[in-house]
Amino acid sequence: MLRVFTAIPYAWLFVLFLVPFGIVLKISVSDYAVSIPPYTPTFDLAAGWDGVVAFVAALDFENFVFLTEDDLYWKAYLSSVQIAAVSTGLALVAGFPIAYAMSRASDVWRPALMMLVILPFWTSFLIRVYAWIGILANEGFLNQFLIWSGVISEPLQLLNTPVAVYIGIVYTYLPFMILPVYASLDRMDPALLEAAEDLGCSRLSAFWHVTWPLARPGVVAGSFLVFIPAVGEFVIPSLLGGSGTLMIGKVLWEEFFSNRDWPVASAVAIILLLILIVPIVLFQRHQARERAA
Amino acid sequence: MVNELGFAPWDDPGAAPLIRIERVSKRFGDFAAIDDLTLDIYPREFFALLGPSGCGKTTLMRMLAGFEAPSAGGLVIDGQDMAGVAPNKRAVNMMFQSYALFPHLSVWDNIAFGLKRDRMAKPAIADRVDEMLKLVQLDGFARRKPHQISGGQRQRVALARSLAKAPKLLLLDEPLGALDKKLREETQFELMEIQEQTGTTFVIVTHDQEEAMTVASRVAVMEAGRLVQVDTPDRIYEQPNSVYVADFIGDVNLIEGRVGALGDTVRLDWAEGRSLTGQAGGALTPGAAATLVIRPEKIAIARDEPTEANRVRGKILDIGYLGNLSTYHVALPEGPVVKCSVTNRSRLSRRDFTWDDEVWVSWSDTAGLVLGA
Ligand SMILES: Nc1ncnc2c1ncn2[C@@H]1O[C@H](COP(=O)(O)OP(=O)(O)OP(=O)(O)O)[C@@H](O)[C@H]1O
Ligand SMILES: [Mg+2]
Repeated sequence: MLRVFTAIPYAWLFVLFLVPFGIVLKISVSDYAVSIPPYTPTFDLAAGWDGVVAFVAALDFENFVFLTEDDLYWKAYLSSVQIAAVSTGLALVAGFPIAYAMSRASDVWRPALMMLVILPFWTSFLIRVYAWIGILANEGFLNQFLIWSGVISEPLQLLNTPVAVYIGIVYTYLPFMILPVYASLDRMDPALLEAAEDLGCSRLSAFWHVTWPLARPGVVAGSFLVFIPAVGEFVIPSLLGGSGTLMIGKVLWEEFFSNRDWPVASAVAIILLLILIVPIVLFQRHQARERAA
Repeated sequence: MVNELGFAPWDDPGAAPLIRIERVSKRFGDFAAIDDLTLDIYPREFFALLGPSGCGKTTLMRMLAGFEAPSAGGLVIDGQDMAGVAPNKRAVNMMFQSYALFPHLSVWDNIAFGLKRDRMAKPAIADRVDEMLKLVQLDGFARRKPHQISGGQRQRVALARSLAKAPKLLLLDEPLGALDKKLREETQFELMEIQEQTGTTFVIVTHDQEEAMTVASRVAVMEAGRLVQVDTPDRIYEQPNSVYVADFIGDVNLIEGRVGALGDTVRLDWAEGRSLTGQAGGALTPGAAATLVIRPEKIAIARDEPTEANRVRGKILDIGYLGNLSTYHVALPEGPVVKCSVTNRSRLSRRDFTWDDEVWVSWSDTAGLVLGA
């Protein structure tokens, strides 16, 4: 019986991750073709063993080689990682004080604050990103407000710039930073800060020597939770970033839907996965260590 | 303390107190947790704060440590007025009831924490930490994290950490609350030893009156934010200044009546035509309501009428067997039940009295104390 239950997650992983991954991997080593599906070779059981041999022989890595030849791709990867890293930093800067304030709030307020953090998830992600267009556009709410209040006279160009992408990513993934940081701050016994002060710390050094190290597991977890999805982000750069923002998610989308070059798109996806495996493995290791401690 | 019989700076008008608490009040809203409290504590004292839950013990400690500011009154530690002095600027360390060990630091780093904040030289820190580890007998545990040691060991780490900076004053808020009886007693003696070795002044909060009696040079009994009595353990026990203190400390029989004749001893008329005598505990006026306070161990129990000044006859209602002692509950025909504890010199099977026996209980005319109600 127990074996059945442990088999379930593996079956899940197999059907929903390994099988699609296998398919994508296969397409990435195929060749572009003007047909349906838009790649060759396709697997044909009727041809028997010779068919299998011919099929395997037709596979090659030329799509991956292509990715190295056009500098669009490595630039897109690099800029994605950069944008994700900067966004993660910004999400930490914005999220840590929020999580800290939540952990300090009285028990009466805490559920309400928690609710507010989770509330955005109740609306479609897409609608929320569209809402940002309304806010950031030249005639959007933000510019209207700034002009009305006299801070600026000309509207700021925010939409279709990297700034808008940062705003969008930080806004979208902020709860993933706040929640783990809050969880680790909430676990902290407030007497620890008093003990630190009692032993000679100022408020600031008590924060640095006690609060920060104890919040670090949450900060690390939150950073991974923001960074990993942000690298492959597609919707935000394409809706808010315009043509000026290069991100691999957008490149992938264009290869797939505009160029209909499934093999190259698949190769892009495989490389993206390889890039993300490093932080994912690090994240898993970190979580395992936290659980052991 | 038995080995410091000569130590009584509170009786010496010339002695300078380490802590002066002058008419301090602490209000939370309109509730007074500490109410106009005045107290001097002297260097090298082991001072115990005793009182029921919520009487303000922790609040008083937190004011000494600097975590709460008094709403009124003044606090002077070592000649320095503490108003506005932050916790990290006081030569006071506190051992927290919850220990408050830093979970991310090893035992060694926990103890070194305060020393590092003082920017002490590295070798000096190492020496001091090792010295502290030896003191609390945790030499082998320096590299462990707090969650990797036992509750009793954690408590000793907390003690070592609060002692490491050699504070003038160490505050211990129910330090032994989490320990079992045996470990608790061992640690009490360890604490006393450490206190003698280091010469630090200790203020300890405890719920356990036996603990206070064991360790303290003086005991303060508190009630609702006020001090009721501050005295040496033996005087708190033998000369309580009120029924509240007598009742709070140890087991006691309370017999209510009216003050009769006053002389060397006091007569207490407690039932129709019956009286008892005891020593006067404070000023009494004839005819006023008063209570005779008598400890169970000062009462003798006998089958034949004894000759002592106070003797009453009753029937054994209940016998409590505690191993070393037996407590007899003797119901008097007049109403009260008198508890009388007797050392078990012979085995249980050879006990002299049993349930429903008619017996005499008696005590001398100086054994009891008559206190105004
Ligand atoms: N921050 C606070 N706000 C409001 N009331 C408080 C606060 N701190 C303490 N009190 C109240 O002050 C009183 C004294 O509290 P304190 O913690 O000093 O009691 P205590 O003698 O240490 O009790 P215990 O033996 O249970 O630890 C209590 O009635 C408590 O409810
Ligand atoms: Mg308390």
